Amino acid sequence: MQGTRSRFLTVMITLGMAFFYIPMILLVIYSFNYSRIVPVWGGWSTRWYEVLFFESPEVWAAVRLSLQIAFVNATCAVIIGTLAALAMVRFGRFRGRTLFGGMLVAPLVMPEVITGISLLVLFITLQQLVGWPAERGFTTITIAHITFSLAYVAITVQARLTGMGQDLEEAASDLGAKPFKVLTAITIPRLTPALVSGWLLAFTLSLDDLVIASFVTGPGANTLPILIFSRIRLGLRPDINALATIIILVVAVCVAIAALIMYRQHKRDLRDEQLAERGGG
Amino acid sequence: MTEEPWLDQANNTPLVQIRGVSKKFGDVTAVDNVDLDIYQGELFCLLGGSGCGKTTLLRMLAGFEFPNSGSISIGGQDMSTVPAYERPTNMMFQSYALFPHMSVERNIAFGLQQDRMPKGEIADRVHEILKLVELQDFKKRKPQQLSGGQRQRVALARALVKEPRLLLLDEPLAALDKKLRKQTQFELANIQEQVGVTFIVVTHDQEEAMTLSTRMAVMDAGRFQQIGTPTEIYEFPQSRFVADFIGSANILQGRVTEDSADHVRVDTELGEIYIDHGQQVSTGSQIWVGLRPEKITVSKSAPETPGPNQCKGVVDDIGYLGEVSIYKIRLDSGTIIDATAPNRIRPMSRTHAITWEDEVYLSWEPSSPMLLNT
Repeated sequence: MQGTRSRFLTVMITLGMAFFYIPMILLVIYSFNYSRIVPVWGGWSTRWYEVLFFESPEVWAAVRLSLQIAFVNATCAVIIGTLAALAMVRFGRFRGRTLFGGMLVAPLVMPEVITGISLLVLFITLQQLVGWPAERGFTTITIAHITFSLAYVAITVQARLTGMGQDLEEAASDLGAKPFKVLTAITIPRLTPALVSGWLLAFTLSLDDLVIASFVTGPGANTLPILIFSRIRLGLRPDINALATIIILVVAVCVAIAALIMYRQHKRDLRDEQLAERGGG
Repeated sequence: MTEEPWLDQANNTPLVQIRGVSKKFGDVTAVDNVDLDIYQGELFCLLGGSGCGKTTLLRMLAGFEFPNSGSISIGGQDMSTVPAYERPTNMMFQSYALFPHMSVERNIAFGLQQDRMPKGEIADRVHEILKLVELQDFKKRKPQQLSGGQRQRVALARALVKEPRLLLLDEPLAALDKKLRKQTQFELANIQEQVGVTFIVVTHDQEEAMTLSTRMAVMDAGRFQQIGTPTEIYEFPQSRFVADFIGSANILQGRVTEDSADHVRVDTELGEIYIDHGQQVSTGSQIWVGLRPEKITVSKSAPETPGPNQCKGVVDDIGYLGEVSIYKIRLDSGTIIDATAPNRIRPMSRTHAITWEDEVYLSWEPSSPMLLNT
């Protein structure tokens, strides 16, 4: 019985993993394909990497734009989202709190198409009324991304704030720390894990976004997803495979670093526990 | 000023004055119109079950909550607009609330840094207080690298180091195991005596309150049931609630048959009870009498002279607790009376030991019964 069950599990896990990873492996393999036509194998080659690195400045412009947007977006979203979460959790019951809470998470359930259209309408109206933003691109995409990323940050931080309780902040205030000091000396350091994960989440969401960005972008401002999508429409291209392979590599390295940090943290916690149990010096 | 100002209230000004304080959370009244004076140097315990309002009262003293009505003053200064960070109080939290991202040393120094004290002085004060709680060797550790008892002492040191006029302790010993708790009770009382700071301790543990306090208040449903020294509360409870909450008591309903200046007679199920001290009651009125189990003597031989303060029963059950045994005595009426007796001799070696279904006689001193008005 035990044997069959574990065999069943092994099979399921293998199938599941295969489902996740075979497409990626195929992509990596085909990025080394010499042939111009993606599904036709023409022998191993790094030709498309050369094309990508030396003959595709527009790809690197898009990468740079995407990273810039993602960075500014993540930073702004963390600041605004944290303030919103603090208002929700720490300010007690204020008038319109429920409405505020609902409005804060609305972007999560709003279809992206609607968010995109409404923001586009907003930018056009603004442009007609006050002449700003003069053209759509970096600024408009960043603003659009902040509007939905901050909801994710707010939820992450809110969960952490609620879980953390108020004891530490009260203790600090009891020891004579004024509210701003409590925020900087206690609340923010305690929130760091949530702020980091919120920042990374906002960064990833922004890098990923195609729909909203394509509504609010203007001529010449192509983010990476917009660029890839517009190229794919003209058929599969091997240099895009090469780009995808590089992205997979970068993500894998990041995940590995995160895992290493978590492993170290785990070991430190274990050591602390042992110290605490022994009690002595 | 006298040594124990709370025993001479007419000639001393209280440090803390609580006047008609109420606190509501929505429809729930947590603290209901309470008055309390606490004097310099006291170790005052607020004792009560969960939800009785004791923690809310403590939080109002600390400045985390503000009363809906009434006033609190500390050292003669009205606290109604003073935020927590400007009050002359410090609090030790039930969870200890140590800052996990700071070492023991920095946790303790935090409060002093807020006062912009010079660095050298901070270091001296931290060193001194670490010596007091015997944690000199642990100052570089993070709180999560300490045992429960050590964390408790860091929390105490952090609250004490600012030399507050009033130290508020919320269930300071609840997170410790039983043995450590007993040991720490005495330590805490010693430290309080050494530093001379006024302590207010919230606890649900009556033994803790009895051991620690100079005076205590028994709280229930947001009100004080009784305020007094541990002896007063234990020996002279004013109500059935207090008699039953502190220790255990056999509580019997009775009718006052005689009431004079120096004694009271009450007719109860236990026969006539004679009490050798006067109390404000009126003859003929219905009243309750409490009798503590340890004040009842159980004997197999009948008393020599018949009279009040004795009765007969049958042993219904015996609970052997080691140092004492609890005897459940069934009266003719069916009522069960608890009596405890210390096991001075090992029960198995006793030839005349009291055992199940024995007919026994109960008796008690005329000073023992407690008259309870409500």
